[in-house]
Amino acid sequence: MGKFFAILLIIITLVSVYPIVTHMWWMPEVVSAHGPAVDHQLDETMIGSGVLFITSQFVLAGFIWAFGNHKGKIKNWPGGHKPVVAFGIILVGLEILSLSFVGSKVWASMYITKPDPNALHVDVQAEQFAFFFRYAGPDGVFGSIHPDKINDGSGNYFGLDPENDVAARDDIVVGTLTIPVDTPILLTLHSKDMIHNFYVPELRIQQDIVPGIEIPLHFTATKTGKWEIVCTQLCGLGHYSMKAYLQVMSKPEYDDWLKQQSGD
Amino acid sequence: MRTKFFILLAVFGLASSAMLVTAARPAGGTITGKVTFTGTPPKMKPIDMSKEPYCQKLHNPPIKTQDVEAGPGDTLEDSVVFISAGDQGSSSASTPVRYDQKGCQYIPHIAVMMVDQPLQIYNNDPNAHNIHPLPKVNAEWNKSQPPGAPPIDTKWDKPEFISVKCNIHPWMHGYFVVLKTSHYGLTGADGTFTIKDVPPGKYTLTAWQEHMGTQTQEVTVSGGAATANFTFKAMPY
Repeated sequence: MGKFFAILLIIITLVSVYPIVTHMWWMPEVVSAHGPAVDHQLDETMIGSGVLFITSQFVLAGFIWAFGNHKGKIKNWPGGHKPVVAFGIILVGLEILSLSFVGSKVWASMYITKPDPNALHVDVQAEQFAFFFRYAGPDGVFGSIHPDKINDGSGNYFGLDPENDVAARDDIVVGTLTIPVDTPILLTLHSKDMIHNFYVPELRIQQDIVPGIEIPLHFTATKTGKWEIVCTQLCGLGHYSMKAYLQVMSKPEYDDWLKQQSGD
Repeated sequence: MRTKFFILLAVFGLASSAMLVTAARPAGGTITGKVTFTGTPPKMKPIDMSKEPYCQKLHNPPIKTQDVEAGPGDTLEDSVVFISAGDQGSSSASTPVRYDQKGCQYIPHIAVMMVDQPLQIYNNDPNAHNIHPLPKVNAEWNKSQPPGAPPIDTKWDKPEFISVKCNIHPWMHGYFVVLKTSHYGLTGADGTFTIKDVPPGKYTLTAWQEHMGTQTQEVTVSGGAATANFTFKAMPY
């Protein structure tokens, strides 16, 4: 019986590893400049944890094979169990620390590293159950935000005060994040009501949006096309429908689009 | 016997004269008028419905916000004009008012009804809505309506201007205007309104527009037609 379970364990281990090694259920295509680094990091994590996983499963199977039918009292590990447990904890701890250390570089490239000074700044407002995106308009200056002025019915999702704030008058607010390709983009994420999430798998970006905190992040899209932006924090009854689209255009197309929006 | 006959005659006579007086009362008059504005109204913004592709496809080019529905000649659509003081001869209303959620939009934008008049709310879209009226005097509620759900049957028991929103689609916006009187009119695309069957008398007439507020004026109805025009001052912001 012991040998049977040992073989079963080996089979389960190999079957679990196969889809990961062959990238059978991998992430969708990458469309951001930092995306390949995230994928590389994911690969390193999978290799690191995979080696440990396979080793531990094979050792376990070896013990089951050798001692599975042992009826008597199992002997203690030579030297006691403490050194083995301590070795295991240190090994796994070191692995996690080194993965965090190596991975922090790509993470920092989105959050800590300063964005390109010429980055296109887009303001993001998340609310139950939609995303809205704001551009500074022809004057290049964002109007200030006044939460008491928010009025969804009038299309004032950000709480602008065009009556008293000249900079707010030409701000462009749309429901699709439209950006030019190969251009650094700086997003500032806001939430009107509760925690939401900005997730675009193709950009390899997933960031919580917390009310009361302005969260900046920057990236560069490397391919034109249309992808979904979804909320991945359960935010209420309409959470399932909380999505928007990311539209990446060529530079001339984007300029035309912007001109058209400013004319409205 | 003779006394009894005279009493009967007197009662009959009184009843007949009362009937005559009622019949002789002049027929209800009509108040008509136009609601306009001076100045520059705010620009209405196109509504981006891209999160709900079904609704987005229905509106090409996109519909605009409806806070101020200005027409040619600076007229104002969807303004409610009603008798706010001195009302008489108002009837109750039992015909249900229909309010539709269609193409991720409230139709009509402004639904006028009387206190206790039945209100039926339909969802005609293949997606869910969650209608949320925001009253301050009446009781507040919100109800989900998945596609194909039966209409919501409700009514309001106090007069109020109630802003309505959808908890799923932030851009959806409308009003329930609940009035004590049956003497009201809603301006059409040309800014005109008609209030029928108004008994002769002196009234205070109020015009309400969701963005511009209210205006009142006195009007005297003496059987025929009376006119009352309102002009709001529009500000660009």
